[in-house]
Amino acid sequence: MTETKPHFFRRGLLHGLPIGLGYLSVSFGFGIMAVRAGMSVLEATLISLLNLTSAGQAAGVNVIAAGGSLAEMALVQLTINIRYALMALSLSQKCSKRFRTPQRMLGAYGITDEIFGVCAAQPGALEPPYLYGMTLIAAAGWVLGTFLGAFAGALLPARVTAALGILLYGMFLAIIVPPAKKDKAILCAVLAAAGLSVLCRYLIPALSEGFAVILCAVTAAAAAAILFPRPDEPDGEEGGTA
Amino acid sequence: MNHVAYIAVMAGVTYLIRVIPFAFFRRKIRSKFLRSFLYYIPYAVLSAMTIPAIFYSTGSVLTAAAGTAAALCLAFFGLPLIAVALAASLAAFLTGLLL
Repeated sequence: MTETKPHFFRRGLLHGLPIGLGYLSVSFGFGIMAVRAGMSVLEATLISLLNLTSAGQAAGVNVIAAGGSLAEMALVQLTINIRYALMALSLSQKCSKRFRTPQRMLGAYGITDEIFGVCAAQPGALEPPYLYGMTLIAAAGWVLGTFLGAFAGALLPARVTAALGILLYGMFLAIIVPPAKKDKAILCAVLAAAGLSVLCRYLIPALSEGFAVILCAVTAAAAAAILFPRPDEPDGEEGGTA
Repeated sequence: MNHVAYIAVMAGVTYLIRVIPFAFFRRKIRSKFLRSFLYYIPYAVLSAMTIPAIFYSTGSVLTAAAGTAAALCLAFFGLPLIAVALAASLAAFLTGLLL
């Protein structure tokens, strides 16, 4: 059993590489922004290490810059990051038996939109080393990018930074397109979520991006669950798309 | 600095949101609706995050559209995540050079 551990860890690292690279470019921007809002380089880097989330951190730095209360900080984080609870719940259903309480407490740190998306879309049960490997490389990119952005703002040529901005989204497409091609129900959920998201963006621009994603995704997934309920799967091999 | 208090609250709340459902909810969900919902939610989340945000991800809708097209093509043929992601970036970069 133990000889498969490095295999899972390595696979997690590999699958996490585009996430880490994407985070590196995104968090570069966060680093610049945090320093502008009055954080030190160390504080900016610490925020990224401890939170590992983009929208929540950006909002948090705004609360600090505006001198908001700690209660406001807590509420803002709760609102923006509540989607992680949903993802954690979903991922919890997919965990292998190796996930005991310590593994879950450690692994919970790594539940981000991207890591969740990749883990949830993998066929078969989720193994702790896979999640650890992916989290390690993603967090390394996120923290390093923040540090670089905070430390040396305009380090990369603008053309390169601009092109790096699409990296994460390209990866999202790589995750959703193949299953959507195979499964009409997933295709419907994906198209509905995208359509709603476009509507939100242009019709309700005041809605924050975090809220908009929750609203669109929950609506689309609920509709898909009603229209195309999944047949019951035997325990231990669910969530797979293969 | 009292920034530390802010950072602690921020990190604490964010971690609790993740760890409570992940570590302390382990029963298999029986509800067919809920199971189906949880099956579709990741794809819906990624889709809602990507569209239309991808078109604003490079600072130019044109280079972003080129990157999106490249990603969609490679993803359609099932290439690995990193290949699709880098191809999107490369296509956006190259299109930017032409503009």
